[in-house]
Amino acid sequence: MNLNATLFAQLVVFLILAWFTMKFVWPPIMKALDERASKIADGLAAADKAKTDLAHAEKKAGDELRKARESAAEFRSGAERQVAQLIEEARAEGARIVAAAREAAETEAASASQRAKEALREQVATLAVAGAERILRKEINAQAHAELLTQLKSEL
Amino acid sequence: MAAQGPNASEYIVHHLTHLKSATQTALVDWSVFHLDTLFWSITLGLLAILILAKAAAKATSGVPGRFQAAVEILVEMVESQSKSIVHGDRSFIAPLALTVFVWIFFMNAMDLLPLDLVPNIWAAIFGAAGHDPHHAYMRVVPTADLNATLGMSLGVLILCLYYSVKIKGFGGWMHELFTAPFGSHPVLYPINFAMQLIEFVAKTVSHGMRLFGNMYAGELIFMLIALMGAAWAGTAGSGLLWIGGVLAGAIWAIFHILIITLQAFIFMMLTLVYIGQAHESH
Repeated sequence: MNLNATLFAQLVVFLILAWFTMKFVWPPIMKALDERASKIADGLAAADKAKTDLAHAEKKAGDELRKARESAAEFRSGAERQVAQLIEEARAEGARIVAAAREAAETEAASASQRAKEALREQVATLAVAGAERILRKEINAQAHAELLTQLKSEL
Repeated sequence: MAAQGPNASEYIVHHLTHLKSATQTALVDWSVFHLDTLFWSITLGLLAILILAKAAAKATSGVPGRFQAAVEILVEMVESQSKSIVHGDRSFIAPLALTVFVWIFFMNAMDLLPLDLVPNIWAAIFGAAGHDPHHAYMRVVPTADLNATLGMSLGVLILCLYYSVKIKGFGGWMHELFTAPFGSHPVLYPINFAMQLIEFVAKTVSHGMRLFGNMYAGELIFMLIALMGAAWAGTAGSGLLWIGGVLAGAIWAIFHILIITLQAFIFMMLTLVYIGQAHESH
């Protein structure tokens, strides 16, 4: 337990060891630690960014989907409207054609009956003249009595 | 054994005698070296910094291996402690604290080697070299030598003075020496200065003595336990002593794991605290 020069030797060794640690041990380890810390920080930031990007992309995809759905529905309702219109038009066209055909037939029938009436009048007039001829036993000049006959015809 | 073996007192005195460069008679003799203390402290110091340097050389910022992670835990611990205690440039102080911790831990850990292992090997070498093996002295725990611990605390004192001048300037430091702790008044100057001197001496002596006392006492208790175990002589009663020696040795060694770590940590923390005080104005 005596004090001697060991003390100073120990002091010098102590300072040399500390100097060595400062020079060769501490800086590389601290550098590695700091670098790792910044790497981890970068990684965390990148993960955060990726998460935000993902949320963005999901939102965008949802929007697109919704938009597509909306436009499809629009298309469908447009097509349905168009189909209904086409049917309506076709129905109207059909009705029009039917009406026209009916009208034509009616006109035809009316003119045919008119013609038959005319022909019947002619024949009745002729028959009347022939009957009168026979009754009068005398020839009647058709030409001379044309006016009379026409009058007679119109009275029938 | 009893015939030529040393008695208890001789055994302990032999184990507490240093391998010296010369015989020392006075309490203080600056011409004498303790060769064993120097050898072990320098060897262990080199071992400590080489292990650290190996870790530093292979340190990567990628995924660390177990060895690197262990050294990093140590470095982070020292870094956070020094950061909280010393406010200023720590580019030397933090590595200093790391060196102190690892080096003192290694020196303290020599206590855990079997007590007679290294001295007996040394005695064999000493005897083989043609000397009397009974005079082969070897103490393997450098921190159980007051010279080693006071040498280190003196180093801390020198650093404290250096940083005091560096941070506060010589004038500022002188001003502090004469005006703190009681205040700036010409009557108080000598009292302040005396208090400051006492503070520096007390810090340094207690710093070195604390480590020395713990390790010296621990070593002594290992010796007493070894003596208890060695008292075995084949009788039933002494057989119990042998078992007691084994039990006590195991218990004390396990407890000593705590002590050597704790003392290394305390020495490091006080180093930081004292140097931190040099950074702060009173």
